[in-house]
Amino acid sequence: MSDTANFLNSSSFSKTLILEDLSFQRNENFLFSNINMSLDSGEILQILGHNGSGKTTLLRLIVSALNLELGKILWQGKNIKNIRESYLENVLFLGHKPGLKGLLSAEENLIWWRSLNKTNSITNSAAFKYVGLNNNKDEPCYYLSAGQLRRAALARLYVSDAKLWVLDEPFASIDKQFSIELKALLISHLDNGGMVVLSTHQNLEIKNMKYISLPHPDKVC
Amino acid sequence: MSNIGFLVILRRDLLLAIRYRGDLANPLIFFFIVIALIPLGLTPESKELSEVASGMLWIMALLASLLSLDGLFKDDFNDGTLEQIIILPQPLYFMILAKIIVHWTVTGLPLSLLAPILGMMLSLPESGYLPLTLSLLIGTATLSLLGSIGAAFTLPLNREGLLLPLIVMPFYMPVLIFGSSVVELAIGGFSIMSPLAVMGSFLALSLLISPYVTACALRLGVQG
Repeated sequence: MSDTANFLNSSSFSKTLILEDLSFQRNENFLFSNINMSLDSGEILQILGHNGSGKTTLLRLIVSALNLELGKILWQGKNIKNIRESYLENVLFLGHKPGLKGLLSAEENLIWWRSLNKTNSITNSAAFKYVGLNNNKDEPCYYLSAGQLRRAALARLYVSDAKLWVLDEPFASIDKQFSIELKALLISHLDNGGMVVLSTHQNLEIKNMKYISLPHPDKVC
Repeated sequence: MSNIGFLVILRRDLLLAIRYRGDLANPLIFFFIVIALIPLGLTPESKELSEVASGMLWIMALLASLLSLDGLFKDDFNDGTLEQIIILPQPLYFMILAKIIVHWTVTGLPLSLLAPILGMMLSLPESGYLPLTLSLLIGTATLSLLGSIGAAFTLPLNREGLLLPLIVMPFYMPVLIFGSSVVELAIGGFSIMSPLAVMGSFLALSLLISPYVTACALRLGVQG
C-alpha cells in the first residue's frame, strides 16, 4: 500500500488526474477493485467493459456524483473530497440520461446549465449550429428525438470551459456524420490541453489513448 | 457567488411550474374536493361543523402537501438533471432550498390563501380566518421543508408507495398539533402568539437543517 503511494507520489506528481486503488462494492460484491490510472493534459481515457460491468459507476465516481468509499481520486495532487467545488469547476459530465428538462427548450436548458458552470465565449446559438439543432432549439425538449436530445446535451461541450470531460456513451443514438464531428471536437479539446474520460463501445483510434478494462460482471466476487 | 445557484434554480423551477400548470393544481383540487365532501359525509349542521372545521382544514392541507411531495425530485431524477445539479460547482444547500421554496410557492402558498374560503364552507367562525391563513403559511412551509427529506430518501426506490408518508408523518405531527391549536385558540378568543411562536421556531429549525439533510440524502440517492 505505502509502496504504491510512494510510487504514485514520485513518478506521477505532475499528473492532473489520478485514480488510486478505486474499488466499488455493491450488495457485498465488488463491481471492480483496485483501479489505478493517471491522466494528464491532452490524454484521453476510454473505459471498456461488458454491459453491467460498472462503466457508468466508475464515471460517476470520477465526477463525485457517487460517494467514493474505497480508494482515492486526486486532482492536481489533492483529494477531490477536500476540494470538491474547485474540482467540479474543471469538470463537465454527460451521463447516459441527457439531463434536459422536457418542458424547457434546448436553449433554455443550455442557459440555466451555462449560468452555473464556467463557460467560454461561444454563444448558445453558435453551439446549436454546431450540433445541428438550430431549427429546433426553441422547441420543448420532449418534441426532440433521442438523437436530437443527445445533440442538445452535447451542445454543452461547445460552450464548456471545463478541462476534464467525463462522457458516458456520448456516441449513443447519434448518426454517423455527427459522430465524426464529435470525435473531431474531442481531439481539438485534447489538443488544447484538455482531458477526456469516456465510456463507449466504439473504437475511436485517437492518439494518447489510455484504457481501463473492467472485469466481466459475472466473474467478480 | 453562492447565491447564483439559488437564483438560477429558483427561476428554472418557477418556469417549469408555470409550464406545467396541471401538476400545480392537483393538491389544490384535492384540498377543495375533500373539504367539499366533509359537510356531505359528516353533517350539514353548521354548529357541529364549526367544531371540527379547524382540525379538518389542517389535516386536509397536510395531506394535500404530502400528495405533492412525491414529484419534488422525481422529474429531475428521471431526466438526469438532478445528477447535473449535484455535480455543479455550487453549494447544493441553496439549490435544494430554491427547489423547496418553489414547491411551497405552488402548493402551500395558494392552499393557505384558499383556506379561509373553504373555512366558510365548514362554517369556521370568522375570527379563525386570519389565524388559519397565518398558521398554514408558516406550517406548510415547514411541511415542504421536512417533506423534502423524505422525498429525497425515497427517491431511488422508485416505488415508494406509503413509505414517504410513513417517514415524514412523525415530523408532521407537531406542526399539525400547533397549527390547528392556533385556529382553535383564536376562535376561543385567546392569544395565538405562543403556538405561532413555536411554529415559527419549527420553521426556522427546518429551514436550517432540511436542505442540508436533503442534500446528503440526494447525494446517496443518485447512486441508484
